[in-house]
Amino acid sequence: MKVELRGIHKYFGNNHANNDITLNIPAGTIQGILGENGAGKSTLMKILSGFIHADKGEILLDGKAVFIQSPATAIHHGVGMLHQDPLDFPPMRVIDNFMIGHSGGLFPNRASVTRDFKLIAEQYGFSLDPDAYVDSLTVGERQQLEIIRLLWLGARVLILDEPTTGISASQKEKLFATLRTLAEQGKTIIFVSHKLEDVEVLCHQVAVLRQGSLVGEAKKPFDTKKLVEMMFGKEISLGARQTLERHGSVLSLQNVSIEDVRLKIKDVSLEVSGGEVIGLAGMEGSGQGAFLRACAGIVRPVSGHVKVRGRDLTGKSYHVYKRNGVEFLPAARLEEGLVPGLSLTEHYVLAEKSKDVFINHERGLKQAQEKIAAFNIKGTPVHTIESLSGGNQQRALLSLLRDPLSAVLIEHPTRGLDIESVIYIWGKLKERCRKGTAIMFISSDLEEILQYSDRVLVFFSGRVSQPLDASTTTVEQLGQLIGGKGWAS
Amino acid sequence: MDSTTILIGLASVLVAAAPVVFAVMGETLSERAGVINLSMNGTILLSAMGGFAVSVRTGNLFLGFLTGMLIGAAVALIVAFSSITLKQSQVAVGFVLALVCRDLSYFLGNPFMGLAGPRLPAWPLSGLKEIPVIGTLFFNHDLMTYLSFIVIFVSWFWIFRTRPGLMLQGIGERPAAAYVRGANVNLMRYVYTVLGGALIGLAGPTYSLSVKAGWKGTISGLDGIGWIALAITIFGGWNPLRAAFGAYLFALLQWLGLVLQPSLPNIPSQVLQVAPFPLMILTLLLVNIGDAEWVERTLASLPEPTRRFFAKAFRAMRASPPAALGVPFERD
Repeated sequence: MKVELRGIHKYFGNNHANNDITLNIPAGTIQGILGENGAGKSTLMKILSGFIHADKGEILLDGKAVFIQSPATAIHHGVGMLHQDPLDFPPMRVIDNFMIGHSGGLFPNRASVTRDFKLIAEQYGFSLDPDAYVDSLTVGERQQLEIIRLLWLGARVLILDEPTTGISASQKEKLFATLRTLAEQGKTIIFVSHKLEDVEVLCHQVAVLRQGSLVGEAKKPFDTKKLVEMMFGKEISLGARQTLERHGSVLSLQNVSIEDVRLKIKDVSLEVSGGEVIGLAGMEGSGQGAFLRACAGIVRPVSGHVKVRGRDLTGKSYHVYKRNGVEFLPAARLEEGLVPGLSLTEHYVLAEKSKDVFINHERGLKQAQEKIAAFNIKGTPVHTIESLSGGNQQRALLSLLRDPLSAVLIEHPTRGLDIESVIYIWGKLKERCRKGTAIMFISSDLEEILQYSDRVLVFFSGRVSQPLDASTTTVEQLGQLIGGKGWAS
Repeated sequence: MDSTTILIGLASVLVAAAPVVFAVMGETLSERAGVINLSMNGTILLSAMGGFAVSVRTGNLFLGFLTGMLIGAAVALIVAFSSITLKQSQVAVGFVLALVCRDLSYFLGNPFMGLAGPRLPAWPLSGLKEIPVIGTLFFNHDLMTYLSFIVIFVSWFWIFRTRPGLMLQGIGERPAAAYVRGANVNLMRYVYTVLGGALIGLAGPTYSLSVKAGWKGTISGLDGIGWIALAITIFGGWNPLRAAFGAYLFALLQWLGLVLQPSLPNIPSQVLQVAPFPLMILTLLLVNIGDAEWVERTLASLPEPTRRFFAKAFRAMRASPPAALGVPFERD
């Protein structure tokens, strides 16, 4: 289906989120929408999918002007959207998720729906168990479920919002292959992302948004430098890999075994020196999460020893680890790391080790101002934490870390952040390394792992590789290990 | 105690549980949609009094039950309006309503204290009641008890086997996803809250016109039932069949308290009357014990087959509330 957007405007208060955007997307095209966080990509897609309405402008589908009143109207017109965090029902079964929202009589015919489900899933090479619970699926599988659901409902335009965030390399391959097939069938794909390499590999044409305006369009083959310039208005590079001076052993694991309901990790030994960065790679749920938590004392190893600067802390709680200079930053920033509803100032007051009963507002405010300046946080001391963008939340989280520290353990330090924030955050982390802190982090972004780690551990369903030297490892090698190839049996 | 006595006793348990069943089913429907109706305890008292009063004045049982349902629906409408439209705290509003309705029932019910009123007649189902054991257990009751059986089954069937029921699960779980799939989330929340309220309101007259016929003000013995029903809803994991099991368990414990009294003369009668309440709480704790960290650790040290058995059992027992319970829905 051919999609045309004409002169779309959208205001949020004084913020001109979409400023006169006009786009033509022919049927069968994979259209990339590129831009930093806050560039107006999501707003535009929400307008197209009926979540919000444009203040001005019109939408034409196959040359006919339509008013998209709600997401349900959108799918009725054949426009389906796959949200970054799939909008599904985690505690329910796959088949129920598939069925909810499909019109029909009072009693759904499960047998025939299951047949349809299996047929479409097979057509695109997805292996999804209709009776599995959605909360047992990976993000990639939940995306697959949403895609076939939207296709089943008759979607001819598929909007995908940052679909490569949080899925494994092999799932990404599969997703891209599916999208290419769909485009060949004449469906229109709109691929929203801030990841340049994904857009370059996949899309036929690209539109770049910056600060609410369409700043440029390009067709395949793309000139990376030009795209970057359009996105940021300037050139940006990740810089050279750097290895820093080592300062003695900080974290030492001896024959550590971890078990949880699904996984068993056996006999891992590892010495981590100060100033070193260890990257943990693997598909989500391969054991790296439990491993990282075990290093912080949040998960108890069933056997083995964990030592921090020579002190045996095996079986102690996270608080003891914290006292010994180990801090853990979870992936769920707002749920586990920060306190929604509290302002930046209040966060610093909370983090402060003070015996005062009453809050010293002046001191808190002063500290907040210092940290905001030092970490380049876009926000004021009175801003509540959830009103900041993801990148700024992550900066705030980093600014709350004490100084000095022995080790910082981070889950997905830059997930969902734009490239400027990524570079900034790693700059701050490397600063820590220079002072002798060891860093261990999980990421599903292989480039990030190779760029910033010294050594890499690969996880595959509970198995852990020997530490690999990041400077001599390639993305392909990592990808194979993550996918379960090349392991000595 | 011979077997006939036990059989009749168990049959009486099913009758005594009928109002609790209504209340629990109503609350389950409401909470499935994402709205906690905390007013239940007050609603049951007010509808018991109101239903009784109307029946006494008109001599009509049907009008009595209808009044109870209307009172329940009206109270639920206040909860719905303040939480869905005004986006206020469901807990605060519901709690205040629970207190207000209770006191209102005592105050307005004064003129009807101790009056003789109509009582729902027994309605044995001839043909079915002659079946040995089952007939006595299930088919020798009154209309409301039969209705309570039907309500359990229909609620379960609606939630898990129909298309709107699936959407209902979705609305309570993740309203944004339900909205994307075409549901009018707030309208549906109104509908289920008011419908659930009407069922809760049916519990009142089922007491005052049948199970504990009459109105005796503060000594009616109904105060507290609503809170227990609330606990049973949670124990029931928002599943009508499990919730019904909880309601029957509670009625059974109450009945045991009565029959055991003569054989346990050393225990003060008050203890046996109150015992079902803490016992229910204990059951609640046991059901969700699988989540405790020390249990998980103990489990991890057990041999594999045993561990798997317990892990499975705990997972089957565990019930997670609708994720959007108590959270107002905003489109963006």
